[in-house]
Amino acid sequence: MIPPISHLFARHLLKGPHTVKAPEPSPDGLAELADEFAAQARGRLGRSLAIREVDAGSCNGCELELHAVNNPVYDLERFGIKFVASPRHADVLLVTGPVTHNMVEALRRTWEATPAPKWVVALGDCGRDGGCFAGSYAVAGGVSAVLPVDLHIPGCPPAPQDILAGLLALLRHVEGK
Amino acid sequence: MLGHVSLLDFLSVGRQVAGHKPWPRFQLDLPGWRAFEDRLSAADWVLMAEWAEPGEVHALFRDDENGDIAVVSHPCVNQRFVGLGKRRPGAIRMERAIHDLYGLAPQGLADQRAWLDHGRWQVKHPLGSPRTYEDGPHRYRFREALGDGLHQIPVGPVHAGIIEPGHFRFHAQGETVVRLEERLGYVHKGVEGVVQGKSLAEAMRVVGRVSGDSTVAYALATAHAAEAALAVEVPPRARYLRALMAELERIANHLGDIGAICNDAAFVIMLSHLSVLREKVLRANATCFGHRLLMDRIVPGGVAADLEPPCRAALGKMLHEVGKDFRRAMALYEETPSLLDRTTGTGIVTGALVHRFGAGGFVGRASSRGHDARKTPGYPPYDDLDFTIPVRAEGDVHSRVLIRAEEVRESLRLIEQILTHMPTGAIAVEVPVGAGEGIGIVEGFRGEIVVSLKLSEAGKVVRLHPHDPSWFQWPLLEAAIEGNIVADFPIINKSFNCSYSGHDL
Repeated sequence: MIPPISHLFARHLLKGPHTVKAPEPSPDGLAELADEFAAQARGRLGRSLAIREVDAGSCNGCELELHAVNNPVYDLERFGIKFVASPRHADVLLVTGPVTHNMVEALRRTWEATPAPKWVVALGDCGRDGGCFAGSYAVAGGVSAVLPVDLHIPGCPPAPQDILAGLLALLRHVEGK
Repeated sequence: MLGHVSLLDFLSVGRQVAGHKPWPRFQLDLPGWRAFEDRLSAADWVLMAEWAEPGEVHALFRDDENGDIAVVSHPCVNQRFVGLGKRRPGAIRMERAIHDLYGLAPQGLADQRAWLDHGRWQVKHPLGSPRTYEDGPHRYRFREALGDGLHQIPVGPVHAGIIEPGHFRFHAQGETVVRLEERLGYVHKGVEGVVQGKSLAEAMRVVGRVSGDSTVAYALATAHAAEAALAVEVPPRARYLRALMAELERIANHLGDIGAICNDAAFVIMLSHLSVLREKVLRANATCFGHRLLMDRIVPGGVAADLEPPCRAALGKMLHEVGKDFRRAMALYEETPSLLDRTTGTGIVTGALVHRFGAGGFVGRASSRGHDARKTPGYPPYDDLDFTIPVRAEGDVHSRVLIRAEEVRESLRLIEQILTHMPTGAIAVEVPVGAGEGIGIVEGFRGEIVVSLKLSEAGKVVRLHPHDPSWFQWPLLEAAIEGNIVADFPIINKSFNCSYSGHDL
């Protein structure tokens, strides 16, 4: 009997990969980026970016789309962008959610554990200003209420294409092109 | 004297609150509430949710004998109430949360530690009678396990993957977990406070973001509650479209999670394969309804987006393909011994525990508790549709995977029926502005979601409580890991996939 895994392999050989073409880097994102780090970053990072994701209070909608960015259709890793397990391995903190008071310290300590040069990307509408949770007794606000934010990727949640475009903008910025 | 008394018979001694729909609400005074708590030791009454408002606690119960459902309310005396946690252990964390948020103290509860309140809000009892608090963060006293060679492993709140934050404290002996204790509340956003005083439409937006992966189910439960409170009859086509969205959400979540479970056993191809299928479903969501996760598509009175005929055909074709590919993937799962070796016999939850906590969803159904809100109490259009609820008894990771796989197949069959029998007509009706109180009970992909809603004359939210099925599943995770090795925690945790955000509120 043919093992089931060979069916999958055969289909992929015949039909080609699921992966879609890369989007253009987001022009808004590029404009929004501060360029103070550009010079020192170019030499150190090359064409790779390690991202540590921190959920600081999100509803998990943004996390679902971040998972999608890693699926074979969008395949973020082909651009040299990789999600890592520890902030100590990271160049970028990607923060979602309105930052809850219960997460402020954890978020700040994650940032402190990240070696410089480092960037902070706020993802989603809640990450900008707290979104529909702004003003709650339990919410400190957007990511910028706690950390300096370099780039914001809007959406509720942002679609994978938008996340890709935003991160490519960051990558291009880091490369200093 | 201990003759058989049904839930409604028992509650008839209390004062029935007028206008609570579609199930009655009874207020019990102190002796009544005490008698009720006492009665719980013998009665087959399932706790479905417990919540509060200033000065009053509410609990939703179902009588398993006859399916009757009722809200039991107790206006507290001196900000205290007799806790139900002794009789229904699932209530313990909810009562701790009630104390944190409303300042109502559960009496007789062994565990009096704060739960959602970490001492970081600068306010105590924010939804009861708030007072400022500036003493700094609480020190949480984890329960200790003592013995030779025992060590602790603290994990979180920030985890290694792209997941939500929470803290896990393991006591381990070598590789074996002796005790796991969870500490949650990190993503507490104060949902109940945020929606207070908001219009129904504004509140819908927030409720759709209580737990992003269950946005359809939460919106549906809230819509049901509002429609019950305001006596709105939803057009049949809207009912079918809602069910379509709910099943799409169920399929998408199960696909992603089955893949992720296998990924935690380092069998990556399942995740790759299934996340492509998930992506197909999400793209169809975006094309047909305008949002990948279907956020804000369900509104009180109906739905916000109709299914156009070309979309209907494309959706049917896409799901047929997904069904075929899913069969291939599950064949791969079931014929890979190294993978089955990781999932079989791992993270067992006993049926007794599932029943004691009243845990629903695939966690319950994998451990012989076959409850599903689509059947009991049931809601349209599911009474017109043919589907079965899969149940298994082993209670391990493997059976949770198989239950979810079976649910994907059932949902695909359901969608076929929905697309075939979709009625024509309006997709929404106007919802009047007015006062009312209602409950919505909906089966999300994790289990039973309950929303309790009270509206003022001006149509503003007086009280809205969304209850996540994870409340009854999180405690079982602590039991499931016992005696397993630390390295199996990720796969066991993923096989539960409880919501942090839905639980933390």
